Amino acid sequence: MTKLLKSRELLLSGIIALMIAGFATRAEGFAEPGNLVNIFNDTSILIILALAQMTVILTKSIDLSVAANLAFTGMAVAMTNAAFPDLPLVLLILMALGIGAALGAINGFLVWILQIPPIVVTLGTLTIYRGMAFVLSGGGWVNAHQMTPTFLNVPRTVFLGLPILSWVAIAVVLGMGFLLTRTPFGRSAYASGGNPTAAVYAGIDIGRTRFFAFVLSGAMAGLCSYLWVSRYAVAYVDIAAGFELDSVAACVIGGISIAGGIGSVAGAVLGSLFLGVIKNALPVIGISPFAQMAISGVVIILAVVFNARAEAKKGRIILRDRAATEVTA
Amino acid sequence: MKSTMNAVAPMTLNTPLANQTPNLAPILEMRGISQIFPGVKALDQVSISLYPGQVTALIGENGAGKSTLVKILTGIYRPTEGEILLDGKPVQFASAQAAIDAGVTAIHQETVLFDELTVGENIFLGHAPRTRFRTIDWRTINARSRELLQQLESDIDPTIRLKDLSIAQRHLVAIARALSVEARIVIMDEPTAALSRKEIDDLFRIVEGLKRQGKAILFISHKFDELYEIAENFAVFRDGKAVGHGRLKETPQGEIVRLMVGRDVHDVFPKVEAEIGPVVLSVQGYSHPTEFRDISFELKRGEILGVYGLIGAGRSELCQSLFGITRPSAGRLTLEGQPVEIRSAQDAIAAGIVYVPEERGRHGLALPMPIYQNMTLPSLAKTSRSGFLKAANELALARQYAERLDLRAAALSVPVGTLSGGNQQKVVIGKWLATQPKVIILDEPTKGIDIGSKAAVHGFISELASQGLSIIMVSSELPEVLGMSDRIMVMREGLMAGFYDRSEATAETLVRAATGNA
Ligand SMILES: Nc1ncnc2c1ncn2[C@@H]1O[C@H](COP(=O)(O)OP(=O)(O)OP(=O)(O)O)[C@@H](O)[C@H]1O
Ligand SMILES: [Mg+2]
Repeated sequence: MTKLLKSRELLLSGIIALMIAGFATRAEGFAEPGNLVNIFNDTSILIILALAQMTVILTKSIDLSVAANLAFTGMAVAMTNAAFPDLPLVLLILMALGIGAALGAINGFLVWILQIPPIVVTLGTLTIYRGMAFVLSGGGWVNAHQMTPTFLNVPRTVFLGLPILSWVAIAVVLGMGFLLTRTPFGRSAYASGGNPTAAVYAGIDIGRTRFFAFVLSGAMAGLCSYLWVSRYAVAYVDIAAGFELDSVAACVIGGISIAGGIGSVAGAVLGSLFLGVIKNALPVIGISPFAQMAISGVVIILAVVFNARAEAKKGRIILRDRAATEVTA
Repeated sequence: MKSTMNAVAPMTLNTPLANQTPNLAPILEMRGISQIFPGVKALDQVSISLYPGQVTALIGENGAGKSTLVKILTGIYRPTEGEILLDGKPVQFASAQAAIDAGVTAIHQETVLFDELTVGENIFLGHAPRTRFRTIDWRTINARSRELLQQLESDIDPTIRLKDLSIAQRHLVAIARALSVEARIVIMDEPTAALSRKEIDDLFRIVEGLKRQGKAILFISHKFDELYEIAENFAVFRDGKAVGHGRLKETPQGEIVRLMVGRDVHDVFPKVEAEIGPVVLSVQGYSHPTEFRDISFELKRGEILGVYGLIGAGRSELCQSLFGITRPSAGRLTLEGQPVEIRSAQDAIAAGIVYVPEERGRHGLALPMPIYQNMTLPSLAKTSRSGFLKAANELALARQYAERLDLRAAALSVPVGTLSGGNQQKVVIGKWLATQPKVIILDEPTKGIDIGSKAAVHGFISELASQGLSIIMVSSELPEVLGMSDRIMVMREGLMAGFYDRSEATAETLVRAATGNA
């Protein structure tokens, strides 16, 4: 697997590099280091969420509630900041992580104990969490002038040439890489998705593994909620609407198998950067916002087709695919 | 049992082709076929011919390339080079459907069936008969399914879901599926691995029927007695090359084994006498609502307890419940004098009881994961340092067992899914041996394993017993049960049908106890 993934990741890196070079011919300065740092910084939140999503997907589940979780937690944190400007930022971030994790735990609990399919659970909580954000805020906004300067400025502070926001993403990438490849939890996640029955026989509690994956995903959504609100200096009910799909798309582009058990941190990061580059480039080269959405969609589908073909080449799995298409036929 | 086998053999000798090269025209010829996977040349310029009304045995070690050839013939892989001739005309199987249309059907080694579909749907998936109005003709599906299964002496109801069937029953469904296609070329990749003697006899009757209808049959098996019983021709593969072919009946087994492994091998490893110690595991009155009832036995240190029985006797189900996968409805378990309650596989592993499942693909392996990660999955506590995984330790542990079991793989970091069937089995066995348990339950330990590696596995099991491990070995292979066990428990229809000491057990007594023919 490593070999195949490596080559796939190499390919994806190559495509991203080509895209950057191509856009640079249309837009002056697109490939300048300063702009690349910008793109990375812009994509940081997506990277974090994609890694969280990937952990869930690895266990053969999906978390569609991440963006709603982000919206609710972001609202809660912003309102707290507005109401109690003296609370230290660390406390607010811990609060964001805690609320996010709690919402994730609700998903995990429903999946684990009540054995409801993850897609159903998180489709439900997606609307519930957004609804909760509405109830909490009464539909109102928290604006920049209501937030404290520390709250707004820490993620933008430049440290060693990169904003703190980017550093947070880098830290999460390293942490997730470690978690997934070096800890028994990571191994259990891969095994639970790769073959749930065999995982049970190997003494792995797949329910618990999924539960923790959801808690992790929730906590990351919580972290992102603070990053998002401070970056855009506003909190309202609809922030990050549809962002859960971006996180799934980034995973799929990065070669994470929706069927579970296959994927790497590098893949998820590259998938996110791929989307990030497109999102940044299309407006710069003067494409209308409507065409932008359509183009991103087409590109995502192309990437998925490409990945599906790569998967099919892997031989034995083909047997399963064939048979599966026969069923639907 | 033996006598009926012999009665069949002379009949098959009466084919009009006693000379070396059959003078019939082959239905199918493969010439100079190669198949290259990344890093592996699975087939290297092999040629093989299949003749009407004859069975050709394809023989070779695990990973020799047999299943790869089958997949080329069924349109799943496109060969890197070489040509396929059907009735002397070159053909290309661009898809699985193209192969079916050309009259090729196969029972694959790793059968692909669908748990949530009914037996009938599984059998006719992709070629369901239609009514006048082009809708699916359920009546015909169910009637034909029942008919096909009855040929196999099985009364499985075509309308029940596949997930409710036992492993052997699933296998019968896979066979019925292959036979449901009107084909001139029938390929069977280790069709008997999951079957016991009675089902094998049924299958062989069907094969004889197919021969009489003039079909060409390619038959893959690691069991020589079966091959001699059913096949006219043979072809031997070694490391992806065809190293010999000819008339089977005129070629002694020793010669074929030398061709395939390059050395002499004995069928069953001679058992090493182990010192039998105190009772380790005691099972009292174990019962399951539907599968078995009132099973009691004791297992001593260093002892190998063989469990023999026909398919459906409840042997695997008993093992699964000892391992905590299913809960018994009654019964007690005592481990080293302490009562234990096992509610899950985790409990069992913690208590030192492990289970090598029969259905290795479904229960034993995460195919996308690397070999070494599959092997160390239940031993992570041992290979980790203060809660963190150590790849070096994992690789070392995996390498140790891979060597002992003669595992053939390009590297331990490749996905298990790229291994040949037999080598996948070895990964599962290694995975559980590496946990160093007190009691190990082996369900068909040498299923799908080639003759050379089989001796290695038997030697390893014996050695573990002499190191003080207690072993329960479920097996449908009489020579294996008789050769390896200290004591043998026979099960019949979920009940204990007898206990025999090594000295008093014979093939006769076991079969009689298992079938209930006093
Ligand atoms: N999809 C694949 N990708 C990479 N290598 C493969 C793939 N399929 C098979 N191989 C390799 O090809 C070789 C031949 O495998 P094959 O399954 O044909 O063996 P076999 O003769 O059927 O063995 P067995 O008796 O164990 O079933 C093996 O080395 C195997 O690892
Ligand atoms: Mg094979």
